[in-house]
Amino acid sequence: MTRPEPAWRLAAAVLLAVVALGGAVRAEEAGKEETPARQQWSFAGFTGSYNQAQLQRGFQVFQQVCTACHSLKRVRFRNLAEPGGPDFPVEAVKALAASWPYQISGELDDEGHPIDRLPGLADPIIGPYKNDKEARAAQNGALPPDLSLIVRARTIESHASWYRQWINMVRDIVTARQDGGADYVYDLLTGFRDQPPAGVEMADGKYYNVTFPGHQISMPPPLSKDNVIEYQPNAGAKASFDQNVRDVTAFLAWAADPSLDARKKLGWQVLFYLVITTLLLYVAKKRIWARVKH
Amino acid sequence: MSLHGSTYEPKSGFGKWMDERLPIGRLMHTQFVDFPTPRNLNYLWTFGGILTFFLMAQIVTGIVLAMHYQPSAAAAFNSIEDIRRDVNYGWLMRDLHAVGASMFFLAAYIHIFRGLYYGSYKSPREVLWIIGVLIFVVMMATAFMGYSLPWGQMSFWAVTVITNLFSSLDSIINGLGTTIVQWLWGGYAVSGTTLNRFYSLHYLLPFVIAGLVGLHLWALHIVGQNSPTGLDVKTKSDAVPMHPYATSKDAVGMFAFLILFAWFVFFLPDYLGHPDNFIPANPLVTPPHIVPEWYFLPYYAILRAIPNKLFGVIAMFSSIAVLLFVPWLDRSRVRSAKYRPLYKWFFWLFAFTCVALGYLGSKPPEATYVFWARIFTIYYFAYFLIVMPLVGWLEKPKKLPGSITEAVLGKDAAQAAQVAAE
Repeated sequence: MTRPEPAWRLAAAVLLAVVALGGAVRAEEAGKEETPARQQWSFAGFTGSYNQAQLQRGFQVFQQVCTACHSLKRVRFRNLAEPGGPDFPVEAVKALAASWPYQISGELDDEGHPIDRLPGLADPIIGPYKNDKEARAAQNGALPPDLSLIVRARTIESHASWYRQWINMVRDIVTARQDGGADYVYDLLTGFRDQPPAGVEMADGKYYNVTFPGHQISMPPPLSKDNVIEYQPNAGAKASFDQNVRDVTAFLAWAADPSLDARKKLGWQVLFYLVITTLLLYVAKKRIWARVKH
Repeated sequence: MSLHGSTYEPKSGFGKWMDERLPIGRLMHTQFVDFPTPRNLNYLWTFGGILTFFLMAQIVTGIVLAMHYQPSAAAAFNSIEDIRRDVNYGWLMRDLHAVGASMFFLAAYIHIFRGLYYGSYKSPREVLWIIGVLIFVVMMATAFMGYSLPWGQMSFWAVTVITNLFSSLDSIINGLGTTIVQWLWGGYAVSGTTLNRFYSLHYLLPFVIAGLVGLHLWALHIVGQNSPTGLDVKTKSDAVPMHPYATSKDAVGMFAFLILFAWFVFFLPDYLGHPDNFIPANPLVTPPHIVPEWYFLPYYAILRAIPNKLFGVIAMFSSIAVLLFVPWLDRSRVRSAKYRPLYKWFFWLFAFTCVALGYLGSKPPEATYVFWARIFTIYYFAYFLIVMPLVGWLEKPKKLPGSITEAVLGKDAAQAAQVAAE
């Protein structure tokens, strides 16, 4: 039987993938205004990892702005001192926890009376409200969500044509990009407009946001061009509205997926092992099958 | 099937002692070392081994996850986040298990389409095929219940939508559907009780699959493997011993597939899931689009393509049940589509249809999408009910080689091999 050699078929498959990818990139360039914007993230793609300085700046923005209403309960103070994250010195995090504006409540003292106490390293990063009801009462009925998983729990909707969605899918798989959540948070934080478009009736206490579903959000613009969060001179970036948004989004991405750095590092080791083993097994299989025609 | 005869000879004293009492070593040797495999198998035949690996891997990672997971409505979501954040390599176990389920289905689909293309369901492999379909059904039930366990928004609402399908039976016997749904839920709504029983069944069903896989292998080793030519092994020269030939090829296929698996586990663990499942289940908030996992999307598209709920449910279940009748629906005398010039085109159109239905299942049920879903649903069923019986009868197949050996070596060499073998 004349059948192409497996090696040739493999080469053909690789060639096909490269052509598809090339086509995808060109199609992307052709249709830029149709697809929602994808931001550059240091942690995106198969080579990505968090930028420690960015996570530290992002935490600063989170602490100064977001904590006014939001909690980050799935992250504990000690996580802020762990590698692969902002990696602050432990002493600094201890001091941070001890000076946190909100207290852990609901625990009992030795007489059985409920007490409030300051958080420690092992405690969650709490927000101002003891429970959802208190939050809603203080926020005009709206609930500021816990931000621990916000980046993983959101994505951007693609409005591309059906064939471009398939091309995008191939591109995302080949480049290992799954960062629609960070794109969404960036879009949301930069999506506020002073005035709604003509003819749009705004409900009381709502703000117009082009990204938010329904465009009416209860959160006032947390960051703006007029109120830039200033960074330390050695923070690694110059403060600006856009930089504030990028940094806090990166920090929230870490909060949602703190094992990303460890995962990708192990991933390269596993892939290296698998590729080498596959090649060795292929050579062994060739030698074994050389004994018979097939 | 022992064309080559058993080469098993216990070497140790213990081996000889065991061989006279419980010859399990002899059984394994006969079935997995000497077992004759066609010499012309391609890499598509490595997926059976890949699937066996994934079943075992899912059971192992699942058992580890079960040590940390808490199946209650209040704790389920948090316990999975704790596994990811605080259990040593918990994120790895969780990603291996969740991505593993997707890879299990991907491999199963390749395996099923391979069977369809090369006619592996035709006599005498009907029972082998039917057991395979049963494995597929139990796999789907297991995956569906597993998807409920994270108790995120998509978990909760997928359970709500799918269990509610049974309420369509109310239109046959009033109250029947509602009774069944309440029995499934263990109450009047999807709740922690539902989660508990799904968790129990999710732990049980993989072992049912393992049992069925045993039967699947047993049936396979009675009738022997099909081959790309669709011809059976008839003579010694048609086959090679399973070890080291098929095993060495299986190892290559499996490791190549593991590269894909690792790519998703380490670089794209969220890609195949849904962002809404990172929001804890909330019975008061319905997500805008409720979609199942990617491997159920074609059936979901068929369900929504039909305007009547009861008939939609019937169509969805029929789309899988029809597979049971494939051995008798296909009237062709030739097994392999390689020798079926007309049928081949219908096969590839069917493969395209399944992918298209998958795409449409991921979209909201709006006019254009529903229109195309209906077109493809019609072809999905037409392929089994019209194409298979009719094309088999109409088509003039290409000339088949006399044997596997002839297909590989050519006519003269095959005769020489025949003589040498005798």
